[in-house]
Amino acid sequence: MALRTLASKRALTLAQGLGFRHGGGGAAPSGEHLRRHARGLVTFSLPDLPYDYGALEPAISGEIMKLHHQKHHQTYITNYNKALEQLEDAMAKGDASAVVGLQSAIKFNGGGHVNHSIFWKNLKPVSEGGGEPPHGTLGWAIDTDFGSLEVLIQKMNAEGAALQGSGWVWLALDKEMKKLKVETTANQDPLVTKGATLVPLLGIDVWEHAYYLQYKNVKPDYLKNIWKVANWKYASEVYESEIA
Amino acid sequence: MRFQLLRSPSPSSSCCGYQIPFQPSNGVLLLRSSPMKIPKSHTKKKLSQSRRASEVLAYYGLTTPPYKLDALEPYMSKRTLELHWGEHHRHYVDSLNKQLTNSPLYGYTMEELIKVTYNNGNPIPEFNNAAQVWNHDFFWESMQPDGGNLPCGGLLQQIEKDFGSFSNFRDEFVHSAMTLFGSGWVWLILKTNERRLSVVRTSNAICPLVWGDIPIICLDMWEHAYYLDYKDDKRTYAINFIDHLVSWHAVTSRMMRAEAFVNLGEPKIPVA
Repeated sequence: MALRTLASKRALTLAQGLGFRHGGGGAAPSGEHLRRHARGLVTFSLPDLPYDYGALEPAISGEIMKLHHQKHHQTYITNYNKALEQLEDAMAKGDASAVVGLQSAIKFNGGGHVNHSIFWKNLKPVSEGGGEPPHGTLGWAIDTDFGSLEVLIQKMNAEGAALQGSGWVWLALDKEMKKLKVETTANQDPLVTKGATLVPLLGIDVWEHAYYLQYKNVKPDYLKNIWKVANWKYASEVYESEIA
Repeated sequence: MRFQLLRSPSPSSSCCGYQIPFQPSNGVLLLRSSPMKIPKSHTKKKLSQSRRASEVLAYYGLTTPPYKLDALEPYMSKRTLELHWGEHHRHYVDSLNKQLTNSPLYGYTMEELIKVTYNNGNPIPEFNNAAQVWNHDFFWESMQPDGGNLPCGGLLQQIEKDFGSFSNFRDEFVHSAMTLFGSGWVWLILKTNERRLSVVRTSNAICPLVWGDIPIICLDMWEHAYYLDYKDDKRTYAINFIDHLVSWHAVTSRMMRAEAFVNLGEPKIPVA
């Protein structure tokens, strides 16, 4: 592993400044899901779910989890890798218009990968503590910034239901202002597009593929039920590490 | 019971492109049991005198697709149509009517309402519902049972002229559907300035009417349109639409109407 890294060190300088090795903002995927190519390009592979597909029933059906993970997330990763390779070529050739032209594909597919990687960690089976309300510093912060957990949940559900088209609704930490915020992003835009200092704590996918097979057009029911499998422990960990 | 300020009721002429601003006349208003309000500019004196005690409110109605809900099987299931038309489309209509209850925006045709609420790129909340109602109407009428196959005659010639061949057009249409990011629609439009057919994608509720082109076909690429039948397989959905569902009859009548507004060239008059 070390020998390969040494051999490709020169080629790595190309990709260096763009932070590809970190897999983009927010929670970086773990090491074994990156692949360093001989010429230095880092590509991605599908991270495993930390639970079975059926473990989040009845809040989210196993069928949806399987499709969502194996098809949708995988497609984002495949297309992201393709876009990255094309980007590397374009950069090596100095083709500025091609580089700029690829940005929307990178934002969409890369954003899809980043967002879904966070999403899988935001969910936890009830048997492992999913749905348990946050305690400690995050719990107090929620009470301070929103009044109570119920108010926060209501706000996020309202924003999620009102979102037109496809997108995400986030509980975000503004690490500069040290405040919690509720934000929405369109399509697969990652949270940082709404503010460079925003860190995602919890995200809810409100694309129709996330709930249609089970809830059909009744998005509010999906939003109500997903809180039963919300992984507040993960959100607290991220919060505490950012606040510190 | 509701009446609509949409196009005329006969399905064959129910194309949508441009419309001359529509003045509701006495003959179109239906008698209602609840009070209605007529906007002053559209009222004839006689009517306002006889209706002085009541007011007329303009509503938009949910049009029915011109076929039974199971008629598009196996390419679009009855369940999808029940949900897509009965829930999603109906919800847009109901939301729009609710938004318009105490709004100054009444008396418009749907096309006018879309352009007004689009507000030159800064859409107001009513735009989303209005445009989605129109888009879905257009979508149902773009399809028919036993649709697809090839268009013929002048329509095929026009497609071949503007795309090279029918299969080029088909490939471009499917490719557009595959590369749309997020929710949106794929359209075949007649570009009024360039006077040619073209395939475009729009996001969410946007409709080519807002920038002045004439829609000819549309395909709903919101996930709710295909998820139950095709799950994540957008490609098969788009291919089935073009190969088996699109109503070339509707397309032909829309093209004929569009040619009243866009000059596509001299007719081929045989010389003696």
